[in-house]
Amino acid sequence: MEATEIIIKCILIVVIFAISLVVAMYSTYAERKIAAFFQDRVGPNRAGPFGMLQPLADGAKMFLKEEIIPANASGLLFIVGPSLAILTACIASAVIPWGQQLTIGSTVIDLQVTDINVGILYIFGVVSLGVYGIMIGGWASNNKYSLLGAIRAASQNISYEISMGLSIIALLLVTGTLSLREIAEQQHGFHWNVFYQPLGFLIFLVCAFAETNRTPFDLPECETELVGGYHTEYSSMKLGFYLFAEYINMFISSAVMATLYFGGYNFPFMDDLGLSQNWITIIGVVVLFAKIFAFIFFFMWIRWTIPRFRYDQLMNMGWKVLIPLAIANIVISGVVNNFLNNA
Amino acid sequence: MSTFYFIAFLSVFFAILVISARNPVHSILYLILTFFTFTIHYILLNAQFLAVVNFIVYMGAILVLFLYTLMLMNLNKESEPVKSTIVKIAAVFGGGCLLVTVVASLKTLGTSNPVVLQNPNLGLVKNLGKVLFNEFLLPFEVSSLLLLSAMVGAVLLATKDKQPKTT
Repeated sequence: MEATEIIIKCILIVVIFAISLVVAMYSTYAERKIAAFFQDRVGPNRAGPFGMLQPLADGAKMFLKEEIIPANASGLLFIVGPSLAILTACIASAVIPWGQQLTIGSTVIDLQVTDINVGILYIFGVVSLGVYGIMIGGWASNNKYSLLGAIRAASQNISYEISMGLSIIALLLVTGTLSLREIAEQQHGFHWNVFYQPLGFLIFLVCAFAETNRTPFDLPECETELVGGYHTEYSSMKLGFYLFAEYINMFISSAVMATLYFGGYNFPFMDDLGLSQNWITIIGVVVLFAKIFAFIFFFMWIRWTIPRFRYDQLMNMGWKVLIPLAIANIVISGVVNNFLNNA
Repeated sequence: MSTFYFIAFLSVFFAILVISARNPVHSILYLILTFFTFTIHYILLNAQFLAVVNFIVYMGAILVLFLYTLMLMNLNKESEPVKSTIVKIAAVFGGGCLLVTVVASLKTLGTSNPVVLQNPNLGLVKNLGKVLFNEFLLPFEVSSLLLLSAMVGAVLLATKDKQPKTT
């Protein structure tokens, strides 16, 4: 029993890891196609049918490019930076519940790597670690533009982490648990948290944009001011890691938002279909991925629609708009919750 | 138990590297590793909440700010401020005093009676919350006041320079 469980977990980890990488890979393709659609262009269409092989070609290019480490860079840290960025991006998926239980024969498989009872805080911790990859890389490059990008990334992440944490607190008042599995189960059917926490979701969404350094919050790599931002000095696959980490982060934060606020693997009328548990689970996984892809599309939609913030606007928004709003949200949620529980 | 000794060794090792590293940024990075080993200690003690809060608050926020400040100051061997001998002697003296105080307090500490700690699952969020808000409500709230006053003080210090201009 113990051995089969370990094997199942290993398979699950490998599958989730592979899915994250493939989704991140094809997000780059989707990004270009969507950008092309918004700008009335064709987009990549040379490699394979509809340019479907473009991500593979890009990957091969990244691996084959010359590896340059600047003479004045601090050697080890220059390599640690991108490695840390991709590591923190990949480990966040461990606590996300991808579906209900699958029953094969007599073994019940939870479609989740681990259900620690502080799951939501784990994600929050990993997100807060994500900035180290950028900071270390930016500092180790020994380049003023990289350093400025790194500093911007640090101050931006810290500012938006606060409102993100506060919006999660309001969510926890409603759910009463820190385990992502339980939060997902509570939203059975159509009782999605977004209906109880609309403001909290909005704050979380804005903060997710800021934490993943996506436009309009991509000031750390603002090319009009900072050449290339924190990855100015990077080339070859180390640059690829930074770019890839951004797409994995986008995938993971979409999955977190879908799980926390949009019901995760739950879908309306899931009890009325009269299907067996396994089919419900499989449909649930498909539904979760549909939600995730919808969020990824939303990320890209925003990127090609809204221009970048100015730096002072970014800080004002974080500290003077989002934090007061998030605190107000906590107070309102607490009062309403108390009122409903006592009534 | 061997895990504990290994992690404890790592904690001490990284802590020594923090003070022996020549480059301040390297120091901070070693400090981050030290805090990471502390997180593992908390997990070994079954204090999940404390572990994850240590992870978020210390590793994820406070040390990011440390690193941020150091990167802004851009200290390196050339621009390292040279401290006078008196300052060095004072620092050694102060450190020695701290050591004596810590050792003395540890000696008088003796064996406490850990009534609350008899519950092995105290570190889980639910139990910790219940203990904090039932038995230790007053100290908990007072400490929040302390943090608030520190915050107000910091804001006051930061805005002090601007006042002559406005009046």
